[in-house]
Amino acid sequence: MFSFCSDPSVLDGLAWLSCYLTTGTHLLFYASFGVVLLLLAVTAPIALLFGYGGAMASRSRIAPVRWFGRIYTAMVRGVPDIIFFLFVPIALDQGLEWLRHKALCDSDAPVRQGNDFVVCAAAKLPLSTSPEWVHDIYAMVLAVVAFSIVFGAFAANVLYGAMQAVPRAQLETAEAYGMTPRQVTRRILVPQMWTYALPGLSNLWMILIKATPLLFLLGIEDIVYWARELGGAKTRSFAYPHPDWRLYYFLVVLVFYLLMTWISERVLDRVTARLTRGQATMAGEAQRKAVAP
Amino acid sequence: MTCAQTILDYGLRSLGFGERLLPRSDFTLCQQFTLIGSGLIWNLYFAFFALLFGFFLATGLALAKTSTNPWLRKPAEAFIFVFRGSPLFIQFFLAYEALVLLPRTGVQILGLTVATSWLAKAWAGALIVLTLNTAAYSAQIFHGALMAVPKGDIEAAEAYGMTGWTRFRRILWPTMLRLAWPSYTNEAIFLFHATTLVFFSGFPAFQQRGDSLYYASYFAGQTFNPFVAYPIVAGYFVLCTLALIALFGIVNRRLNRHLPGAARRIRYRPQIFR
Repeated sequence: MFSFCSDPSVLDGLAWLSCYLTTGTHLLFYASFGVVLLLLAVTAPIALLFGYGGAMASRSRIAPVRWFGRIYTAMVRGVPDIIFFLFVPIALDQGLEWLRHKALCDSDAPVRQGNDFVVCAAAKLPLSTSPEWVHDIYAMVLAVVAFSIVFGAFAANVLYGAMQAVPRAQLETAEAYGMTPRQVTRRILVPQMWTYALPGLSNLWMILIKATPLLFLLGIEDIVYWARELGGAKTRSFAYPHPDWRLYYFLVVLVFYLLMTWISERVLDRVTARLTRGQATMAGEAQRKAVAP
Repeated sequence: MTCAQTILDYGLRSLGFGERLLPRSDFTLCQQFTLIGSGLIWNLYFAFFALLFGFFLATGLALAKTSTNPWLRKPAEAFIFVFRGSPLFIQFFLAYEALVLLPRTGVQILGLTVATSWLAKAWAGALIVLTLNTAAYSAQIFHGALMAVPKGDIEAAEAYGMTGWTRFRRILWPTMLRLAWPSYTNEAIFLFHATTLVFFSGFPAFQQRGDSLYYASYFAGQTFNPFVAYPIVAGYFVLCTLALIALFGIVNRRLNRHLPGAARRIRYRPQIFR
């Protein structure tokens, strides 16, 4: 990075450290913090959408849709989320390849042959000829889908509870005014449910932050991967030899997560205060009294 | 090979008894059920002891957090913040890296050599991390419950001349537990599910003695088929979770037995409040 870094073996002290911390792999390590933030930014809205769909499906009047919603929301109960993180990407990958195998391959050979999963070259996802970054993006997309499905189910639980918590009288009044079910949902139910959903959703956001290191298990080069790679002892054959420093790298990662949760807590407290304003709840009443002497 | 023979061979494989070599090919359903069930012993072991030790530690931490003495309160708050604010997955890695740095020959304390190598093994190291983790979450729950103990209860206790330890043991603690129990049930379920992380983080599975998910991922990796092993481990976990809820429900009824109508079923919302 710097001009004096050309021969690291003669450096020592701060100069050595500044060169060491700006090597190419370290820049990738810093970029991987961005990967975590990207995953959070992409997953949270998708999961919220899945959750909204799940909650609406659980309230549906059509029985099969309702069953589907109930099964989806019940799915994450009782089963550790990490099982889903391991299962969903492989299952999805194999499902897609199987579909492409049916459509694109001539052979009638079964995809499962003994302990192997075999599809023809044209059905591979991504194609073996495609460049490295396509493989990276594909792995990331699978991870996002896995996270969205699991956290969508959590969010569905929260939103379903929040929809049930909206006072019945509000919905009945809307019906008495002659609104259709669709109008009742859009004009009365959805605007009022957020204050009930917020404690659950903010908790979910915290759980989502703390679930991001599991990306490592999905084979993505995230902060855990780089912390292990860079921290491991480096022998004399490396440009920057050092003993086992993984402890310090993980301490940095730990501090990063502590900061993330700390900032989130501050922000969510503000959002809660904003959303309770004027609500007919205990918190809303307390807020009103605090302002008006 | 019959299924009974498989169970004899692999039933306690996760503890190091029976057949040492894992099956390599032609996996039968029986083998998968047996080995994954064998790994479940580890999940139950971690969950049981972490909850047991964590419970007492959490009570102490919750009390320290209510203390007016900053020398007690600040450390308790910092402990809870660190363990609640960071992912368990990272805590496992960090603990493992810290524990392997301990000298292999042991530490000299007052002329005695204290062996330390066992601390880097999963059965001890991971248990310590899980205990501290659940203690932090439970302490937060208990602290909330302690704050919610009705003022009248405490005044009544004082009117009877109860102070200090007697007041805590007879009035504060039972009420705290009663109020905290539904949330604590959720925490217990979450911790039980978190035990699956042990062998996927820093801690290696010595001689392939892993937990249920370790074996499930072994099968899924060998057969390239996730549709058998993962549903099996999921099924085991659903059953254990139901048993856990039943167990905590019994305690809940016992805690609320003096309140007719209050001993409702615990509303089951795992992983939502943590």
